[in-house]
Amino acid sequence: MTATTTRTSALPQQRDHKRRLVVVGNGMAGVRAVEEVLERGGAQQFDVTVFGAEPYGNYNRIMLSHVLTGQEQEDSIFLNSLPWYTENGIDLRAGVAVTRVDTFAKVVHDAEGGTTPYDVLVIATGSSPFFPTMEGLRREDGSMLDGVFGFRTLDDTRALLAAAREHRRAVVIGGGLLGLEAAHGLATHGLQVDLVHSPKHLMNQQLGPEAGRVLRRVVEGLGITVHTGVRTKGVHGTDRVTGVELPDGRVLDADLVVVAAGIRPNTTVALASGLDVERGIVVDDRMRCEGGAGDVYAVGECVQHRGQTYGLVAPLWEQASVLADHLTGADPTAEYHGSRTATKLKVAGVDLVQMGLPGPENDDDEFVVFSEPHRGVYLNVVVRDDRLVGATLLGDVRKTTFLQQAFDQGLPLPEERMSLLFDLGTPGEEVGVAELADDAQVCNCNGVTKGAIVQAVEGGATSLNAVMGATKAAKGCGSCKSVVEQITQWAAGGNLTVDESANWYVPGVPMAKPELMTAIRERGLKSVSAVFRELAPGGAEDAKSKMGLTSLLRMMWPEGIEEERDGRFINDRVHANIQRDGTFSVVPQMKGGVTTPEQLRTIADVADKYDVGMVKVTGGQRIDLLGVKKEDLPRMWKDLGMPSGYAYGKSVRTVKTCVGTDFCRFGLGDSTKLGIDLETRFQGIETPAKLKLGVVGCPRNCAEAYVKDIGVVAVGNGKWEVHVGGAAGASVRKADLLATVDSPEEVITLAGRFIQFYREWGNWLERTYEFVPRLGIERVRAVLVDDSDGLAAGLDERMQVTVDNYRDPWLEGQEPVTPGQFRTSLPLVDLPLVPRRPAGAPGGLVPEVHSNSNATPSTAEVSR
Amino acid sequence: MSVPTQRATRHDVCPLDDLPVGEGRAYVVGGEQVALFRRRSGKVSAVQATCPHAGGPLADGQIDERVVVCPLHQNAFDLDTGESTTGQPPIAVHPCSVDPDGRVTVEL
Repeated sequence: MTATTTRTSALPQQRDHKRRLVVVGNGMAGVRAVEEVLERGGAQQFDVTVFGAEPYGNYNRIMLSHVLTGQEQEDSIFLNSLPWYTENGIDLRAGVAVTRVDTFAKVVHDAEGGTTPYDVLVIATGSSPFFPTMEGLRREDGSMLDGVFGFRTLDDTRALLAAAREHRRAVVIGGGLLGLEAAHGLATHGLQVDLVHSPKHLMNQQLGPEAGRVLRRVVEGLGITVHTGVRTKGVHGTDRVTGVELPDGRVLDADLVVVAAGIRPNTTVALASGLDVERGIVVDDRMRCEGGAGDVYAVGECVQHRGQTYGLVAPLWEQASVLADHLTGADPTAEYHGSRTATKLKVAGVDLVQMGLPGPENDDDEFVVFSEPHRGVYLNVVVRDDRLVGATLLGDVRKTTFLQQAFDQGLPLPEERMSLLFDLGTPGEEVGVAELADDAQVCNCNGVTKGAIVQAVEGGATSLNAVMGATKAAKGCGSCKSVVEQITQWAAGGNLTVDESANWYVPGVPMAKPELMTAIRERGLKSVSAVFRELAPGGAEDAKSKMGLTSLLRMMWPEGIEEERDGRFINDRVHANIQRDGTFSVVPQMKGGVTTPEQLRTIADVADKYDVGMVKVTGGQRIDLLGVKKEDLPRMWKDLGMPSGYAYGKSVRTVKTCVGTDFCRFGLGDSTKLGIDLETRFQGIETPAKLKLGVVGCPRNCAEAYVKDIGVVAVGNGKWEVHVGGAAGASVRKADLLATVDSPEEVITLAGRFIQFYREWGNWLERTYEFVPRLGIERVRAVLVDDSDGLAAGLDERMQVTVDNYRDPWLEGQEPVTPGQFRTSLPLVDLPLVPRRPAGAPGGLVPEVHSNSNATPSTAEVSR
Repeated sequence: MSVPTQRATRHDVCPLDDLPVGEGRAYVVGGEQVALFRRRSGKVSAVQATCPHAGGPLADGQIDERVVVCPLHQNAFDLDTGESTTGQPPIAVHPCSVDPDGRVTVEL
């Protein structure tokens, strides 16, 4: 590489040597600019160096709020992993901060004393959280009090997650987009959250007062306490924050405080380098910096363009595109003229889309409003000169696609303005995709049009994942994913390929379940390792596939398989449910939820003897003993002398019952007895996912049978309804009526047939509330009740063999199957502290904590 | 915890037979908690016993020839390099071998 002596212009030139492109900032804007440059063949023109202050690859900052709620894992928000830089020949200086640039010598100075010459420089230093002045926020040495967080980086998010696990009260300062997302994230972790916002209403940057008030109701409905029109006076605490003081003297207790009071462009480097800086780094329509000696550009949240700074992702991607057009010479006339911004709030349970103006500004602006605060719905549109210049959709975002197109492209609007908000003839969401114009923007984060998606499909991408990979559509906030999927389906017509791996039973063996079962049967494979050896690519094992294969083999070979303990998840190796601190929970069997004084006495004695951390009645009408050490399990089962209640497996769990006819004055059928009979017959049988049953003696549904995987309801005259596919967990679904039968015996037969059908045809981890709708209840009924496919007898027979071969796993405790089966794996280091809540002290937290941080790993085996 | 670079001590930990094939067990080695794994290929690995994500007991995890998967939140770590394949910070890996007389030793 030689240093160029002449001034380098941004136009492409024939050169023997590539120009040196240095990017300061490894965030979304900087890397997007590099990607756009590479896409225009820039690898031929430039040697690229990227400086990043954070020691990571490039990640999607927008998704940090999903990481905070746990909806996304960290690894899924990385846009460019470290190998991507290597593959593209980019010299990444991760963790190296740039201090200043000498624009005359064309050299970048970094904090480690290094100098890096450049021909073209791009500044993309982003922005930082703004910390308003508050008394007590900083210690005397200027450092921030412990427990005060920004919410901006992956490290911030990690720190917040860690703090959320240990603390109970949080105050979020700032009720804008980020503040609301932070507050919601913390509330999801069970913290009590106060949100303090100094303007009069929430999201005042985007919303009018009325919409802000409706939003407040919705947010309060999520359990967040909202204080608007209140400035934060100061922060209490000497070393660590203890509370936030309001101007009226009230103090909100806080173990942690998140400051989300807006962002400020990071301009330190630009200032130190003599570039023009006002609120942000001043750039022209070509993203070129003013001041300095030229060949310096800037993009992203650090810039000020025509007096405007942006804190959203779509504008910075438009800027990156213009910049790349100039740098590579792909389009020397490209200009950036500012962005029309749209905002989406990413808080589960709150649908909010806002674009353009929050309300009318001029006298002749048209303004259509619909407000229904008790339902949390507020909708408005602002129309000027027959063009849409603003829209707010809260609580009902069905019209988003149409309004977004109208807003972005200035489409002509229907005469009847109300139809902008309600379906009176404008394209609804379903008809949308076919009628969308080719240049209609679908993914606003990444600026992907319908045409680009169609092109990708024509270019051979015929699955959603392939289209997302090729176009980046739906890879920003992800809210357009369903539209992208619809367009992909529409464009692919009949040629849509489903992502193959999505059909595989487990990730490590490339076969769908029926195909896999045939191969296993034909080859007589009876162990997990044999399946990998014969059927996996290269015979390679896959840790995440083992549990599913063990379950499948046990279903296929009820008389027994070649047991390999490493094929089982820890719960199935020690027959108890692992808890967050590495201890286990033990649930003795209590068929139908019916117990006796003797059983209760035994359980009480055992709980005392083994110093059980918490005794809890479960939703499935069982008693849960929590906080049991692994090494105590076998002795505990022996002392209990009861069989396992299967509270840990992918198997038949519990049958919940009401009191039925014995005592209830409404009971129509003996639900208690039928529940016990069902549990006796099907106890512990492996299923693709857990299976919860319920039996009720009348349609009052006291044991919630209508939302069970299998729910049985007595309806009088000796008749019973059998419902399947219900759920009342993360999904709530009322079960479908499979059949009405005439006796408890028929219920047992039909339930067994359904379970076996599910075992043979259900995908691994597919709950019945997904399985039944996938096949359709009519199809399930045809197969199981009308025997349309001649499968019924075989299903009954195989279920019978399975039942005959059942063994209670807790008997295993008497004699360990493997060396150290019940040896502790608990570490000496500190674990999440699980508060101890003894029976008889309702809600009362005892200050003593139950942790195994001092547990000495026992080398002594359990008694053999 | 980091991989020691100098003056590591060899510790005799347990007979190989104490490690069931394909499973893990936790031991205290030189005052530190270490999870030992015996892969199906016969190779034995020693890594830090706790998951950096939420302190899960890695010895209770499931393994293959490449990774261990934490039982609490299914984060995975390479048994040879300690790198996480699910975006977590890496775990410490300690040199580990099986003596001719069937004893497992760990350098720490």
